[in-house]
Amino acid sequence: MHVLVLLKMVPDVVEDLEISSSGRALDLEYLRMILSESDDHALEQGLLLKERHGAKLTVLALDAPEVDDALFTAAAKGADRVMKVEGMDAPFTTRQAARLFSQVIADGHGILPADLILTGVQAIDDLDGLVAPLVADELRLPYLGIITGISVDASGRTARATKEYPAGVRGEFQIKLPAVLGIQAAEKPPRYVPVAKVRAAMKSMKIECAEAPPSAGDGWPEVNVLEMKRNEPAGHAEMLEGTPEQVSDRLCGILAGRGLF
Amino acid sequence: MTGNICVLAEQWRGQISEVTYETLALGREVADQLGVPLTAILTGSHCREIAGAMGIADSVVYVDHPLLAEVIPQTCAEALVQVMKDSPPRALLVPLTNISLGIGTLIGIRMGVPVVNFCNDIKVAGGDLKAHCVMYGGKIEATVEAGTASGPLPAVLGIWPGARPADKGRSTRAVPVTDATVVLGEAQAITLSKFIEPEAGDVDLTKQDVLVAVGRGIQDKANLGLAEDLAKALGGAVCGSRPVIDQGWLPLSRQVGKSGLTVKPKLYIALGISGAPEHIEGMKDSGMIVAVNTDERAPIFNVAHYGIVGDVLETLPALTEAVGARKAVGHHA
Amino acid sequence: MSTCPVTLETLPQIPEGREILTCLQCGVCAGTCPYGDVMEYPPRRMIAMMRAGMLEKVFTSDSLLACVACYACMAKCPRGIRLTEILLPLMKEQALAHLPELPGELQRALQNTLRYGNPMGEPSRKRAAWVKTAGVPIRIFAEDRKPADTLWFVECYTSYYPRGQDNSRATARLFHRLGIDYAILGNEEKCAGECGRLTWEPGLFETLMDYNMAVFQKYQFNRVVTSCPHAHNAFKNRYPVLGFNWALEHVTPFLARYLDRLKPLLTRKLPYKVTYHDSCCLGRQNEFYEAPRLLLKAIPGVKLVEMVHNRVNAICCGGGGGGMWLDTYFKAKGYGRLSERRVKEAVATGADVLAVSCPYEVSRFEDALKVLGCDKRMIVRDVTELLAEAMEE
Repeated sequence: MHVLVLLKMVPDVVEDLEISSSGRALDLEYLRMILSESDDHALEQGLLLKERHGAKLTVLALDAPEVDDALFTAAAKGADRVMKVEGMDAPFTTRQAARLFSQVIADGHGILPADLILTGVQAIDDLDGLVAPLVADELRLPYLGIITGISVDASGRTARATKEYPAGVRGEFQIKLPAVLGIQAAEKPPRYVPVAKVRAAMKSMKIECAEAPPSAGDGWPEVNVLEMKRNEPAGHAEMLEGTPEQVSDRLCGILAGRGLF
Repeated sequence: MTGNICVLAEQWRGQISEVTYETLALGREVADQLGVPLTAILTGSHCREIAGAMGIADSVVYVDHPLLAEVIPQTCAEALVQVMKDSPPRALLVPLTNISLGIGTLIGIRMGVPVVNFCNDIKVAGGDLKAHCVMYGGKIEATVEAGTASGPLPAVLGIWPGARPADKGRSTRAVPVTDATVVLGEAQAITLSKFIEPEAGDVDLTKQDVLVAVGRGIQDKANLGLAEDLAKALGGAVCGSRPVIDQGWLPLSRQVGKSGLTVKPKLYIALGISGAPEHIEGMKDSGMIVAVNTDERAPIFNVAHYGIVGDVLETLPALTEAVGARKAVGHHA
Repeated sequence: MSTCPVTLETLPQIPEGREILTCLQCGVCAGTCPYGDVMEYPPRRMIAMMRAGMLEKVFTSDSLLACVACYACMAKCPRGIRLTEILLPLMKEQALAHLPELPGELQRALQNTLRYGNPMGEPSRKRAAWVKTAGVPIRIFAEDRKPADTLWFVECYTSYYPRGQDNSRATARLFHRLGIDYAILGNEEKCAGECGRLTWEPGLFETLMDYNMAVFQKYQFNRVVTSCPHAHNAFKNRYPVLGFNWALEHVTPFLARYLDRLKPLLTRKLPYKVTYHDSCCLGRQNEFYEAPRLLLKAIPGVKLVEMVHNRVNAICCGGGGGGMWLDTYFKAKGYGRLSERRVKEAVATGADVLAVSCPYEVSRFEDALKVLGCDKRMIVRDVTELLAEAMEE
């Protein structure tokens, strides 16, 4: 069995985000990039499938600052092959990211055949689409998202996937492989790997590089961001005064106005 | 539906979902400002009767097919493309929820139209639509062009839950329902086997929309019932800061904070919680934070959106009563 | 003591390693250990298993996580075996490697420390934000590269946590009034990666050590003073291997040296009954028992009372050895909280103030006071906070 995990780096929101002088994009100079949280879960799910089924695990990422760290960490956790796509213009939108993944996967590099392609369900910068359904459509594969559990039957041709619904309800689906799944959460939280192991992986493993295909005008509509600004926190609560009945009434009005009823 | 504002309706457990009403409310505003009709599109199997619940729309298009009984994103997208392609709407609003996630993206790629996610508002200016998007975990607000009137159409907009109050999207007005037929492939790679209900037993705090959190200000285990009442009235669950769990008033699974769970509900009500960094760490990203504390300098007021200086034991019952009263008035049949 | 990094394999090659095998099996270590009642393998049994060639069993017992690196066993060992300094960190490293899953809170603390230089996951660019609120000018090396006599290594809790910032502000005011020539690293500072806590993640510790040494070498100073006893330990015991050779002191003994100059400045009377908690790192490990007491006694109005277990016998707050991030884990296992045990002793003295010298202790003891319902009777203050309070402007 072969599992492919797709990883995307996103801006790390722990450090303050700055807006560039154009007022329409993030200032890249001050940005730190981090592996998208649900992609980390997709990787963990891939590792669990490798442990359970003896699957081969390939990890493919798009070049970005700090991506090498993420790939060597994946290698230290147990990925058999780590690759990245380089040479494309940054920054790129999610649709462009999905197109890059799909082209590199289809172009050879010995990635296919893959039984399962896993990636995070949604990233914080997925303004113009989601990677999983886009890659699925490009590769003409079935897609299902919000997945929190996967098992593969003995034949390796069908998977059972658990999808999350509202109010704690889950749905169990039968999926004919190969397929693309958008992972919401792995069955276990992403594992810890000691720094020493990552450093060892840096010495023993190589990140394979695939050249990005030239970005032909795919005729897609551009995402036109007119303005970007920081959402500043207020710093202090708006205090409500009055008797318990008065403040309760006022608060209910506020909650109703925000659609919180 | 050429030039209309369309909303993809979702159903959950035989009812139109709350988020659909929220999205319809937004769609109604945009349609009115543009001077075009609002159309809801509902897909399903043998559920035509719930289409009539969307009276806020000017029309409903109902697409019936056995394969649309449960939402499989690719199947649903295929149906919608067939319905829209000959008379594309100006914009299609798709809720960003567990049920509908992915459908908007697929329509985008299959019809070669713009997709803009993370919208919590849409402004109309001179016939153009501008999406107001909240990105990067809520830290950045962006204004994005949602396609132009000259196309390609429709512009697909992914709408955040909570963009408008659901009540604003409800109406008992009679709405015409038309049927649309689609042709969907026989061979299905994805099929739903069964639903798994959540275990009766303990509650997963991270999945709650509303959390009522108690700290030492609740004073006694016996007073927890008051918090439970409020949680029930708001459709949420009770959780606590560490001292409350340490005293055994609530189980470990209800602890929020550095040593417990990190939660991001839509509404977090902190009752008698001082706001130690260890607790704040676990709830600071909640959508709206309301704090009640006797100490006006309690650090919790630095992260809360709204604050009440007062005794929890007095404020709590008043709040529960006010919530109950408002719900009794506002809810439609 | 030897500062070479030691492994289980190389242990027999160093004198302190061979010393381990001279263990009498007397069991004083187990008896002194504050978590002795839950330790499946206290040092005595660990060493017995080592001799029997059955160490694997020790590694798979997770009770080792309960070691809070308090040095009590080492202080009492009649053979003087370097338990907490050498044996226990190596055992903990193995225990952690054998755990099927790292406890979530601890994992987050480690990941945050690697990525952001602090266990809380706060932005590295906000580390020096507290400086604006200090009320006195504080020089940051990156902004003003002139040499300084003293590098004040502030550390994490004292930079980011509100109660830790109270301590830092107090320290800054004291330094200012004493005319100390100092500067801080500001946002360039990252966690020192203290031994007991992080030796069982040696890769992480080495990364931090490499980073901090590189930053130190950018600037010129004669000594390092730090607010955190754990950082003090790291610099004293591990950093010399990479060339750390500056004079080193924790803030408390540093201020004690200036007592002659400080005492006349302490003009406000603080009519408090104060009991002092000897932190494990400053106290047992470095024997700095009298310096903090001298400082407290210099404050007019302060009456010092001792807890039953004081100085070498002090009971740990439970924050060392990773304990700071294992509270939920311990609770799930039913272990009592050490900070509560200690606070009960403090309250029994009838004191108004529990004085401390380690940033971990403030939050741990304030929490314990709340849980025990004693937070109206007693407050927790760092020694520097009390000194600053006694200094009238």
